[in-house]
Amino acid sequence: MKYKELRLSGSGGQGLITGGIILAVAALQDGLNAIQSQSYGPEARGGASKAEVIISEEDIDYPKVEKSDILLSLTQLSCDKYLCDLKAGGTLIIDESVETPDRDDITIYKLPILDTATNKLKKSMVANIVALGVINKITNLVSEESLEQAVIERVPKGTEELNKSALYEGYGLIN
Amino acid sequence: MTIRLMQGNEACVEGALRAGMKFYAGYPITPSTEIAEISAIELPKVGGKFIQMEDEISSMGAVIGASLTGLKSMTATSGPGFSLKQENLGYGIISEVPCVVVNVQRGGPSTGLPTSPAQGDIMQAKWGTHGDHATIALYPNSVREIYDMTIRAFNLSEKYRTPVILLLDEIIGHMRERIEIPEDDEIEIIDRKKPTCSPDEYKAYEVKEGDIVPEMADFGTGYRYHVTGLVHDETGFPAGATKAEALIRRLIDKIEDNKDDICTYEEYMLDDADIAIVAFGCTSRSAKSAIKSLRGEGYKVGMFRPITIWPSPEKQLEKLSKRVKRIIVVEMNDGQYFLEVDRIAGKNTLVEKYGRLNGEIIPPHEIISVVKEAYNG
Repeated sequence: MKYKELRLSGSGGQGLITGGIILAVAALQDGLNAIQSQSYGPEARGGASKAEVIISEEDIDYPKVEKSDILLSLTQLSCDKYLCDLKAGGTLIIDESVETPDRDDITIYKLPILDTATNKLKKSMVANIVALGVINKITNLVSEESLEQAVIERVPKGTEELNKSALYEGYGLIN
Repeated sequence: MTIRLMQGNEACVEGALRAGMKFYAGYPITPSTEIAEISAIELPKVGGKFIQMEDEISSMGAVIGASLTGLKSMTATSGPGFSLKQENLGYGIISEVPCVVVNVQRGGPSTGLPTSPAQGDIMQAKWGTHGDHATIALYPNSVREIYDMTIRAFNLSEKYRTPVILLLDEIIGHMRERIEIPEDDEIEIIDRKKPTCSPDEYKAYEVKEGDIVPEMADFGTGYRYHVTGLVHDETGFPAGATKAEALIRRLIDKIEDNKDDICTYEEYMLDDADIAIVAFGCTSRSAKSAIKSLRGEGYKVGMFRPITIWPSPEKQLEKLSKRVKRIIVVEMNDGQYFLEVDRIAGKNTLVEKYGRLNGEIIPPHEIISVVKEAYNG
Protein backbone atom coordinates (compact mmCIF):
# COMPACT_ATOMS: atom_id res chain seq x y z
CA MET A 1 0.00 0.00 0.00
CA LYS A 2 1.19 3.45 -0.83
CA TYR A 3 1.28 5.60 2.34
CA LYS A 4 3.86 8.36 2.42
CA GLU A 5 4.42 11.04 5.05
CA LEU A 6 6.30 14.16 3.98
CA ARG A 7 7.63 17.07 5.92
CA LEU A 8 8.64 20.20 3.99
CA SER A 9 10.77 22.42 6.20
CA GLY A 10 12.63 25.67 5.94
CA SER A 11 12.02 29.19 7.15
CA GLY A 12 8.79 31.19 7.09
CA GLY A 13 8.08 32.81 3.72
CA GLN A 14 9.67 30.08 1.60
CA GLY A 15 6.26 28.95 0.35
CA LEU A 16 6.36 25.54 1.96
CA ILE A 17 2.66 25.49 2.82
CA THR A 18 1.81 26.36 -0.79
CA GLY A 19 4.20 23.61 -1.84
CA GLY A 20 2.41 21.14 0.42
CA ILE A 21 -0.99 22.19 -0.91
CA ILE A 22 0.17 21.76 -4.52
CA LEU A 23 1.46 18.26 -3.81
CA ALA A 24 -1.83 17.32 -2.11
CA VAL A 25 -3.90 18.73 -4.99
CA ALA A 26 -1.81 16.72 -7.47
CA ALA A 27 -2.33 13.57 -5.39
CA LEU A 28 -6.13 14.05 -5.46
CA GLN A 29 -5.91 14.53 -9.22
CA ASP A 30 -4.25 11.11 -9.39
CA GLY A 31 -7.14 9.59 -7.43
CA LEU A 32 -5.16 9.31 -4.21
CA ASN A 33 -6.06 10.61 -0.76
CA ALA A 34 -4.11 13.48 0.74
CA ILE A 35 -4.00 15.62 3.85
CA GLN A 36 -2.00 18.82 4.20
CA SER A 37 -1.46 20.38 7.59
CA GLN A 38 0.83 22.83 9.26
CA SER A 39 1.73 24.00 12.69
CA TYR A 40 0.78 27.50 13.74
CA GLY A 41 2.28 29.39 16.61
CA PRO A 42 5.51 31.07 17.55
CA GLU A 43 7.59 28.72 15.42
CA ALA A 44 5.72 29.85 12.29
CA ARG A 45 7.14 33.36 12.73
CA GLY A 46 10.77 33.03 11.83
CA GLY A 47 12.88 30.10 12.92
CA ALA A 48 12.02 26.71 11.51
CA SER A 49 8.68 26.30 9.74
CA LYS A 50 7.13 23.22 8.25
CA ALA A 51 4.27 21.92 6.14
CA GLU A 52 3.16 18.33 6.29
CA VAL A 53 1.57 16.17 3.63
CA ILE A 54 0.27 12.62 3.86
CA ILE A 55 -0.47 10.84 0.59
CA SER A 56 -2.20 7.48 0.64
CA GLU A 57 -4.07 5.02 -1.56
CA GLU A 58 -6.49 4.43 1.34
CA ASP A 59 -8.33 6.49 3.94
CA ILE A 60 -6.09 8.61 6.13
CA ASP A 61 -7.13 8.36 9.77
CA TYR A 62 -4.52 10.08 11.90
CA PRO A 63 -3.98 13.44 10.19
CA LYS A 64 -0.56 14.36 11.55
CA VAL A 65 2.95 13.31 10.51
CA GLU A 66 4.86 11.66 13.35
CA LYS A 67 7.84 10.10 11.56
CA SER A 68 8.31 11.23 7.98
CA ASP A 69 9.32 9.11 5.00
CA ILE A 70 10.58 12.16 3.16
CA LEU A 71 12.08 15.31 4.65
CA LEU A 72 12.88 18.47 2.72
CA SER A 73 15.05 20.98 4.56
CA LEU A 74 15.94 24.26 2.92
CA THR A 75 17.72 25.66 5.99
CA GLN A 76 20.20 24.34 8.54
CA LEU A 77 17.89 25.20 11.43
CA SER A 78 14.99 23.20 10.00
CA CYS A 79 17.20 20.22 9.17
CA ASP A 80 18.60 20.18 12.70
CA LYS A 81 15.09 20.33 14.12
CA TYR A 82 13.28 17.71 12.04
CA LEU A 83 16.01 15.22 11.04
CA CYS A 84 15.44 13.08 14.14
CA ASP A 85 11.87 12.42 12.97
CA LEU A 86 12.94 11.08 9.57
CA LYS A 87 12.40 7.32 9.46
CA ALA A 88 15.29 4.92 8.93
CA GLY A 89 15.30 4.16 5.22
CA GLY A 90 13.80 7.59 4.56
CA THR A 91 14.80 10.22 2.04
CA LEU A 92 16.40 13.51 3.02
CA ILE A 93 16.53 16.34 0.50
CA ILE A 94 18.62 19.33 1.61
CA ASP A 95 19.72 22.54 0.01
CA GLU A 96 23.44 22.69 -0.75
CA SER A 97 23.78 25.33 1.99
CA VAL A 98 22.86 22.73 4.59
CA GLU A 99 25.56 20.59 6.17
CA THR A 100 25.31 16.90 5.26
CA PRO A 101 24.15 15.18 8.44
CA ASP A 102 25.83 12.14 9.89
CA ARG A 103 23.24 9.42 9.30
CA ASP A 104 23.91 6.29 7.26
CA ASP A 105 20.39 4.84 7.51
CA ILE A 106 18.85 7.33 5.08
CA THR A 107 19.33 8.43 1.47
CA ILE A 108 20.56 12.00 1.20
CA TYR A 109 20.22 14.34 -1.78
CA LYS A 110 22.08 17.63 -1.48
CA LEU A 111 21.14 20.03 -4.27
CA PRO A 112 21.34 23.73 -5.22
CA ILE A 113 17.61 24.38 -4.78
CA LEU A 114 17.82 27.95 -3.44
CA ASP A 115 20.60 28.87 -5.89
CA THR A 116 18.59 27.59 -8.85
CA ALA A 117 15.65 29.79 -7.83
CA THR A 118 17.70 32.88 -7.00
CA ASN A 119 20.36 32.86 -9.71
CA LYS A 120 19.03 30.77 -12.58
CA LEU A 121 15.36 31.75 -12.40
CA LYS A 122 16.04 35.16 -10.80
CA LYS A 123 13.17 34.71 -8.33
CA SER A 124 14.01 33.33 -4.89
CA MET A 125 10.32 32.80 -4.15
CA VAL A 126 10.02 29.90 -6.61
CA ALA A 127 12.38 27.75 -4.53
CA ASN A 128 9.35 25.86 -3.23
CA ILE A 129 8.40 24.82 -6.77
CA VAL A 130 12.00 23.86 -7.64
CA ALA A 131 11.89 21.71 -4.51
CA LEU A 132 8.62 20.08 -5.60
CA GLY A 133 10.25 19.15 -8.92
CA VAL A 134 13.16 17.60 -7.05
CA ILE A 135 10.95 15.71 -4.59
CA ASN A 136 8.72 14.25 -7.25
CA LYS A 137 11.57 13.28 -9.56
CA ILE A 138 13.12 11.32 -6.70
CA THR A 139 9.97 9.78 -5.22
CA ASN A 140 7.42 9.61 -8.08
CA LEU A 141 4.65 10.36 -5.58
CA VAL A 142 2.35 11.89 -8.17
CA SER A 143 2.20 11.99 -11.97
CA GLU A 144 4.09 14.78 -13.75
CA GLU A 145 0.88 15.90 -15.49
CA SER A 146 -1.03 16.27 -12.23
CA LEU A 147 1.83 18.09 -10.55
CA GLU A 148 2.17 20.56 -13.41
CA GLN A 149 -1.58 21.16 -13.45
CA ALA A 150 -1.64 21.69 -9.68
CA VAL A 151 1.24 24.18 -9.87
CA ILE A 152 -0.57 26.19 -12.55
CA GLU A 153 -3.81 26.06 -10.54
CA ARG A 154 -2.33 27.19 -7.23
CA VAL A 155 0.32 29.83 -8.02
CA PRO A 156 -0.55 33.53 -8.37
CA LYS A 157 -2.01 34.54 -11.73
CA GLY A 158 0.65 35.73 -14.15
CA THR A 159 3.40 33.58 -12.65
CA GLU A 160 2.37 30.28 -14.25
CA GLU A 161 5.18 30.14 -16.82
CA LEU A 162 7.85 31.09 -14.28
CA ASN A 163 6.64 28.40 -11.89
CA LYS A 164 6.47 25.82 -14.66
CA SER A 165 10.10 26.60 -15.46
CA ALA A 166 10.91 26.22 -11.76
CA LEU A 167 9.29 22.80 -11.73
CA TYR A 168 11.33 21.69 -14.76
CA GLU A 169 14.54 23.11 -13.29
CA GLY A 170 13.77 20.97 -10.24
CA TYR A 171 13.38 17.87 -12.39
CA GLY A 172 16.65 18.78 -14.09
CA LEU A 173 18.56 18.74 -10.80
CA ILE A 174 18.03 14.97 -10.59
CA ASN A 175 19.71 12.92 -13.29
CA MET B 1 -18.93 14.88 -8.90
CA THR B 2 -16.62 17.64 -7.66
CA ILE B 3 -13.57 16.69 -5.65
CA ARG B 4 -11.54 19.41 -3.97
CA LEU B 5 -8.77 19.88 -1.47
CA MET B 6 -10.42 22.00 1.17
CA GLN B 7 -9.57 23.38 4.59
CA GLY B 8 -11.93 22.48 7.43
CA ASN B 9 -12.83 26.08 8.25
CA GLU B 10 -13.48 26.70 4.54
CA ALA B 11 -15.80 23.66 4.44
CA CYS B 12 -17.74 25.19 7.32
CA VAL B 13 -18.46 28.32 5.28
CA GLU B 14 -19.19 26.33 2.10
CA GLY B 15 -21.65 24.17 4.04
CA ALA B 16 -23.26 27.22 5.63
CA LEU B 17 -23.76 28.86 2.23
CA ARG B 18 -25.20 25.63 0.86
CA ALA B 19 -27.65 25.59 3.80
CA GLY B 20 -28.71 29.13 2.93
CA MET B 21 -26.66 31.32 5.29
CA LYS B 22 -27.34 34.97 4.50
CA PHE B 23 -25.85 36.70 7.56
CA TYR B 24 -22.63 36.41 9.54
CA ALA B 25 -21.57 38.54 12.49
CA GLY B 26 -18.38 37.84 14.36
CA TYR B 27 -15.22 38.93 16.02
CA PRO B 28 -12.22 37.07 14.58
CA ILE B 29 -10.18 34.78 16.80
CA THR B 30 -7.64 32.05 16.11
CA PRO B 31 -8.23 29.25 15.17
CA SER B 32 -11.62 30.22 13.72
CA THR B 33 -10.59 33.33 11.76
CA GLU B 34 -10.78 31.75 8.28
CA ILE B 35 -14.53 31.26 8.82
CA ALA B 36 -14.98 35.02 9.19
CA GLU B 37 -12.56 35.81 6.35
CA ILE B 38 -14.21 33.50 3.83
CA SER B 39 -17.72 34.54 4.91
CA ALA B 40 -16.73 38.17 4.30
CA ILE B 41 -15.65 37.29 0.76
CA GLU B 42 -18.50 34.95 -0.14
CA LEU B 43 -21.63 36.37 1.51
CA PRO B 44 -21.88 39.53 -0.63
CA LYS B 45 -21.79 37.29 -3.73
CA VAL B 46 -25.07 35.64 -2.68
CA GLY B 47 -26.81 38.80 -1.51
CA GLY B 48 -25.86 38.19 2.10
CA LYS B 49 -24.31 40.43 4.71
CA PHE B 50 -21.12 40.15 6.78
CA ILE B 51 -20.42 42.37 9.73
CA GLN B 52 -17.45 42.44 12.07
CA MET B 53 -18.84 43.54 15.41
CA GLU B 54 -17.05 45.20 18.31
CA ASP B 55 -16.93 42.00 20.36
CA GLU B 56 -18.32 38.50 20.74
CA ILE B 57 -21.51 39.16 22.69
CA SER B 58 -22.63 41.84 20.23
CA SER B 59 -21.91 39.38 17.39
CA MET B 60 -24.25 36.92 19.05
CA GLY B 61 -26.85 39.69 19.42
CA ALA B 62 -26.54 40.63 15.75
CA VAL B 63 -26.94 37.00 14.70
CA ILE B 64 -30.13 36.67 16.77
CA GLY B 65 -31.49 39.94 15.39
CA ALA B 66 -30.77 38.95 11.79
CA SER B 67 -32.38 35.56 12.26
CA LEU B 68 -35.55 37.23 13.57
CA THR B 69 -35.83 39.00 10.22
CA GLY B 70 -35.76 35.62 8.48
CA LEU B 71 -32.09 35.30 7.54
CA LYS B 72 -30.17 32.13 8.27
CA SER B 73 -27.36 33.40 10.50
CA MET B 74 -24.05 32.16 11.85
CA THR B 75 -21.14 33.26 14.01
CA ALA B 76 -17.81 31.58 14.71
CA THR B 77 -15.36 31.90 17.56
CA SER B 78 -13.01 30.00 19.84
CA GLY B 79 -13.14 29.24 23.57
CA PRO B 80 -12.52 32.77 24.90
CA GLY B 81 -15.14 34.23 22.56
CA PHE B 82 -17.54 31.38 23.23
CA SER B 83 -17.43 32.34 26.92
CA LEU B 84 -18.47 35.87 26.00
CA LYS B 85 -21.36 34.73 23.81
CA GLN B 86 -23.05 32.74 26.57
CA GLU B 87 -25.45 35.44 27.78
CA ASN B 88 -26.98 35.96 24.35
CA LEU B 89 -26.83 32.25 23.64
CA GLY B 90 -29.27 31.79 26.53
CA TYR B 91 -31.39 34.60 25.06
CA GLY B 92 -31.50 32.69 21.76
CA ILE B 93 -32.58 29.54 23.58
CA ILE B 94 -35.46 31.09 25.54
CA SER B 95 -36.66 33.27 22.67
CA GLU B 96 -36.30 30.29 20.27
CA VAL B 97 -34.23 31.96 17.58
CA PRO B 98 -32.54 29.62 15.08
CA CYS B 99 -28.82 30.25 14.48
CA VAL B 100 -25.51 28.44 14.28
CA VAL B 101 -22.61 29.08 16.67
CA VAL B 102 -19.27 27.58 15.63
CA ASN B 103 -16.57 27.07 18.25
CA VAL B 104 -13.18 26.06 16.86
CA GLN B 105 -11.73 25.08 20.20
CA ARG B 106 -8.34 25.92 21.66
CA GLY B 107 -6.70 25.34 25.01
CA GLY B 108 -8.14 27.22 27.99
CA PRO B 109 -9.18 28.48 30.46
CA SER B 110 -9.09 32.15 29.44
CA THR B 111 -6.92 32.97 26.41
CA GLY B 112 -5.09 29.70 27.13
CA LEU B 113 -3.30 28.23 24.13
CA PRO B 114 -4.13 30.42 21.10
CA THR B 115 -2.80 28.15 18.35
CA SER B 116 -3.01 24.71 19.88
CA PRO B 117 -5.86 22.23 19.74
CA ALA B 118 -7.98 21.13 22.70
CA GLN B 119 -11.38 19.59 23.31
CA GLY B 120 -12.02 21.51 26.48
CA ASP B 121 -15.39 23.11 25.72
CA ILE B 122 -17.53 19.97 25.87
CA MET B 123 -19.27 20.95 29.10
CA GLN B 124 -19.34 24.64 28.22
CA ALA B 125 -21.27 23.77 25.07
CA LYS B 126 -23.85 22.08 27.29
CA TRP B 127 -23.90 24.31 30.35
CA GLY B 128 -22.13 27.54 29.38
CA THR B 129 -25.25 29.64 29.66
CA HIS B 130 -27.16 29.72 32.91
CA GLY B 131 -30.48 28.13 33.72
CA ASP B 132 -32.05 24.84 32.74
CA HIS B 133 -31.96 24.18 29.03
CA ALA B 134 -31.32 21.54 26.41
CA THR B 135 -28.51 21.99 23.89
CA ILE B 136 -27.82 20.67 20.43
CA ALA B 137 -24.10 20.39 19.69
CA LEU B 138 -22.50 18.58 16.73
CA TYR B 139 -18.89 17.40 16.54
CA PRO B 140 -17.53 16.45 13.08
CA ASN B 141 -14.20 14.65 12.55
CA SER B 142 -13.32 15.35 8.90
CA VAL B 143 -13.47 18.16 6.37
CA ARG B 144 -16.39 16.50 4.57
CA GLU B 145 -18.19 15.98 7.84
CA ILE B 146 -17.68 19.66 8.75
CA TYR B 147 -19.44 20.52 5.48
CA ASP B 148 -22.29 18.11 6.21
CA MET B 149 -22.63 18.98 9.89
CA THR B 150 -22.73 22.70 9.18
CA ILE B 151 -25.70 22.09 6.89
CA ARG B 152 -27.22 19.88 9.56
CA ALA B 153 -26.63 22.51 12.25
CA PHE B 154 -28.67 25.00 10.21
CA ASN B 155 -31.37 22.39 9.56
CA LEU B 156 -31.69 21.45 13.23
CA SER B 157 -31.73 25.10 14.30
CA GLU B 158 -34.55 25.84 11.85
CA LYS B 159 -36.50 22.72 12.76
CA TYR B 160 -36.21 23.05 16.54
CA ARG B 161 -35.92 26.85 16.70
CA THR B 162 -32.81 26.92 18.86
CA PRO B 163 -29.15 27.96 18.55
CA VAL B 164 -27.09 24.94 17.43
CA ILE B 165 -23.44 24.66 18.42
CA LEU B 166 -20.87 23.24 16.04
CA LEU B 167 -17.77 22.15 17.92
CA LEU B 168 -14.66 21.92 15.76
CA ASP B 169 -11.08 20.93 16.48
CA GLU B 170 -8.24 23.24 15.44
CA ILE B 171 -6.65 20.24 13.73
CA ILE B 172 -9.61 19.55 11.44
CA GLY B 173 -10.42 23.26 11.06
CA HIS B 174 -6.95 24.08 9.78
CA MET B 175 -6.00 20.99 7.81
CA ARG B 176 -6.75 20.48 4.14
CA GLU B 177 -8.31 17.23 3.03
CA ARG B 178 -10.07 15.62 0.10
CA ILE B 179 -13.76 16.49 -0.04
CA GLU B 180 -16.36 15.28 -2.46
CA ILE B 181 -19.00 18.01 -2.71
CA PRO B 182 -22.44 16.36 -2.45
CA GLU B 183 -24.97 16.72 -5.26
CA ASP B 184 -28.27 18.52 -4.61
CA ASP B 185 -30.20 15.26 -4.27
CA GLU B 186 -27.81 14.09 -1.54
CA ILE B 187 -28.57 16.92 0.84
CA GLU B 188 -31.67 18.15 2.61
CA ILE B 189 -32.29 21.79 3.42
CA ILE B 190 -34.84 22.60 6.14
CA ASP B 191 -36.43 26.04 6.52
CA ARG B 192 -38.36 27.32 9.51
CA LYS B 193 -42.13 27.07 9.34
CA LYS B 194 -43.78 30.44 8.83
CA PRO B 195 -47.30 31.46 9.87
CA THR B 196 -50.15 31.28 7.34
CA CYS B 197 -52.61 33.13 9.57
CA SER B 198 -53.07 36.90 9.40
CA PRO B 199 -50.83 39.17 11.55
CA ASP B 200 -53.85 39.90 13.79
CA GLU B 201 -54.35 36.23 14.62
CA TYR B 202 -50.65 35.45 15.08
CA LYS B 203 -49.51 34.25 18.48
CA ALA B 204 -45.71 34.18 18.30
CA TYR B 205 -45.11 31.44 20.87
CA GLU B 206 -48.12 29.21 20.42
CA VAL B 207 -47.32 25.64 19.35
CA LYS B 208 -49.96 24.36 16.97
CA GLU B 209 -51.31 20.81 17.12
CA GLY B 210 -48.82 18.43 15.51
CA ASP B 211 -45.95 20.94 15.50
CA ILE B 212 -42.76 20.80 17.56
CA VAL B 213 -42.19 24.56 17.77
CA PRO B 214 -44.16 27.77 17.18
CA GLU B 215 -44.41 29.15 13.65
CA MET B 216 -41.90 31.94 13.14
CA ALA B 217 -42.77 35.17 11.36
CA ASP B 218 -40.07 37.39 9.84
CA PHE B 219 -39.76 40.81 11.42
CA GLY B 220 -40.57 43.46 8.88
CA THR B 221 -43.39 41.55 7.20
CA GLY B 222 -46.24 42.97 9.26
CA TYR B 223 -46.26 40.39 12.03
CA ARG B 224 -45.52 42.27 15.25
CA TYR B 225 -44.55 40.41 18.37
CA HIS B 226 -42.56 40.74 21.53
CA VAL B 227 -39.19 38.96 21.90
CA THR B 228 -37.79 38.74 25.41
CA GLY B 229 -35.36 36.87 27.58
CA LEU B 230 -37.99 36.83 30.29
CA VAL B 231 -40.30 33.89 30.79
CA HIS B 232 -43.21 34.61 28.46
CA ASP B 233 -46.61 33.28 27.42
CA GLU B 234 -47.72 32.34 23.90
CA THR B 235 -48.01 36.00 22.88
CA GLY B 236 -44.36 36.60 23.74
CA PHE B 237 -45.07 39.02 26.59
CA PRO B 238 -43.55 38.45 30.05
CA ALA B 239 -45.71 36.12 32.11
CA GLY B 240 -43.93 35.35 35.37
CA ALA B 241 -43.67 32.20 37.44
CA THR B 242 -47.03 30.64 36.58
CA LYS B 243 -45.88 30.08 33.00
CA ALA B 244 -42.25 29.20 33.78
CA GLU B 245 -42.57 25.43 34.31
CA ALA B 246 -44.56 24.91 31.11
CA LEU B 247 -42.25 27.06 29.00
CA ILE B 248 -38.91 25.69 30.23
CA ARG B 249 -40.24 22.13 30.09
CA ARG B 250 -41.37 22.66 26.51
CA LEU B 251 -37.98 24.11 25.53
CA ILE B 252 -36.16 21.10 27.03
CA ASP B 253 -38.60 18.50 25.76
CA LYS B 254 -38.63 19.71 22.16
CA ILE B 255 -35.02 18.52 22.03
CA GLU B 256 -34.91 15.65 24.54
CA ASP B 257 -38.07 14.02 23.11
CA ASN B 258 -36.62 14.09 19.60
CA LYS B 259 -33.24 12.49 20.28
CA ASP B 260 -33.92 9.77 17.70
CA ASP B 261 -34.03 12.49 15.07
CA ILE B 262 -31.21 14.62 16.46
CA CYS B 263 -28.59 12.10 17.61
CA THR B 264 -26.18 10.68 15.07
CA TYR B 265 -23.16 8.51 15.82
CA GLU B 266 -20.69 6.09 14.27
CA GLU B 267 -19.99 2.59 15.50
CA TYR B 268 -16.68 1.10 14.40
CA MET B 269 -15.72 -2.57 14.91
CA LEU B 270 -17.95 -2.91 17.96
CA ASP B 271 -19.71 -6.17 17.03
CA ASP B 272 -17.34 -8.47 18.94
CA ALA B 273 -15.51 -5.83 20.99
CA ASP B 274 -14.49 -6.37 24.62
CA ILE B 275 -13.28 -2.80 24.93
CA ALA B 276 -14.99 0.24 23.43
CA ILE B 277 -13.24 3.56 22.97
CA VAL B 278 -15.50 6.60 23.03
CA ALA B 279 -13.94 9.46 21.06
CA PHE B 280 -14.99 12.40 18.90
CA GLY B 281 -13.43 14.92 16.53
CA CYS B 282 -9.73 14.51 15.73
CA THR B 283 -9.27 12.12 18.65
CA SER B 284 -11.61 9.64 16.95
CA ARG B 285 -9.23 9.56 13.98
CA SER B 286 -6.34 8.65 16.28
CA ALA B 287 -8.56 6.02 17.86
CA LYS B 288 -9.53 4.52 14.50
CA SER B 289 -5.88 4.29 13.49
CA ALA B 290 -5.06 2.65 16.85
CA ILE B 291 -7.95 0.18 16.52
CA LYS B 292 -6.75 -0.93 13.07
CA SER B 293 -3.30 -1.73 14.55
CA LEU B 294 -4.75 -3.41 17.64
CA ARG B 295 -7.13 -5.54 15.58
CA GLY B 296 -4.10 -6.72 13.59
CA GLU B 297 -2.68 -8.03 16.86
CA GLY B 298 -5.94 -9.71 17.84
CA TYR B 299 -7.26 -7.20 20.37
CA LYS B 300 -11.05 -6.99 20.27
CA VAL B 301 -11.49 -3.27 20.46
CA GLY B 302 -13.89 -0.89 18.72
CA MET B 303 -15.09 2.68 18.85
CA PHE B 304 -18.32 4.53 19.55
CA ARG B 305 -18.19 8.05 18.12
CA PRO B 306 -20.93 10.51 19.04
CA ILE B 307 -21.38 12.95 16.15
CA THR B 308 -24.22 14.65 18.01
CA ILE B 309 -22.45 15.22 21.29
CA TRP B 310 -25.44 17.01 22.94
CA PRO B 311 -27.95 15.68 23.56
CA SER B 312 -25.82 12.61 24.20
CA PRO B 313 -26.82 9.39 22.42
CA GLU B 314 -27.96 7.91 25.71
CA LYS B 315 -29.87 4.89 24.38
CA GLN B 316 -26.95 3.74 22.25
CA LEU B 317 -24.36 4.26 24.99
CA GLU B 318 -26.49 2.32 27.44
CA LYS B 319 -26.84 -0.56 24.99
CA LEU B 320 -23.09 -0.52 24.44
CA SER B 321 -22.44 -0.60 28.19
CA LYS B 322 -24.28 -3.91 28.45
CA ARG B 323 -22.08 -5.72 25.96
CA VAL B 324 -18.51 -4.50 26.55
CA LYS B 325 -16.24 -5.17 29.52
CA ARG B 326 -14.80 -1.70 29.55
CA ILE B 327 -15.29 1.74 27.99
CA ILE B 328 -12.37 4.14 27.68
CA VAL B 329 -13.28 7.76 26.93
CA VAL B 330 -10.36 9.35 25.08
CA GLU B 331 -10.53 13.14 24.82
CA MET B 332 -8.20 16.16 24.79
CA ASN B 333 -9.35 17.44 28.17
CA ASP B 334 -9.40 16.24 31.77
CA GLY B 335 -12.40 13.96 31.36
CA GLN B 336 -15.42 16.09 30.47
CA TYR B 337 -17.40 13.73 28.25
CA PHE B 338 -16.24 10.93 30.56
CA LEU B 339 -18.64 12.38 33.13
CA GLU B 340 -21.56 11.94 30.73
CA VAL B 341 -20.51 8.47 29.55
CA ASP B 342 -19.92 7.33 33.12
CA ARG B 343 -23.36 8.63 34.13
CA ILE B 344 -24.98 6.54 31.40
CA ALA B 345 -22.73 3.47 31.27
CA GLY B 346 -21.09 3.35 34.69
CA LYS B 347 -23.78 1.20 36.26
CA ASN B 348 -23.23 -1.58 33.70
CA THR B 349 -19.53 -1.56 32.90
CA LEU B 350 -16.18 -0.09 33.89
CA VAL B 351 -15.75 3.41 32.44
CA GLU B 352 -12.29 4.99 32.38
CA LYS B 353 -10.87 8.22 31.03
CA TYR B 354 -7.73 9.05 29.12
CA GLY B 355 -6.96 12.67 28.35
CA ARG B 356 -4.28 15.27 27.96
CA LEU B 357 -4.01 19.02 28.44
CA ASN B 358 -0.78 19.89 26.62
CA GLY B 359 -2.26 21.27 23.40
CA GLU B 360 -1.29 18.25 21.31
CA ILE B 361 -3.40 15.65 19.57
CA ILE B 362 -3.38 12.24 21.26
CA PRO B 363 -1.37 10.02 18.90
CA PRO B 364 -2.46 6.46 18.03
CA HIS B 365 0.48 4.81 19.83
CA GLU B 366 -0.71 6.27 23.16
CA ILE B 367 -4.18 4.83 22.65
CA ILE B 368 -2.61 1.49 21.71
CA SER B 369 -0.68 1.49 25.02
CA VAL B 370 -3.79 2.41 27.01
CA VAL B 371 -5.81 -0.42 25.45
CA LYS B 372 -3.04 -2.99 25.90
CA GLU B 373 -2.68 -1.98 29.53
CA ALA B 374 -6.41 -2.37 30.02
CA TYR B 375 -6.27 -5.81 28.43
CA ASN B 376 -3.20 -7.16 30.14
CA GLY B 377 -2.74 -5.12 33.29
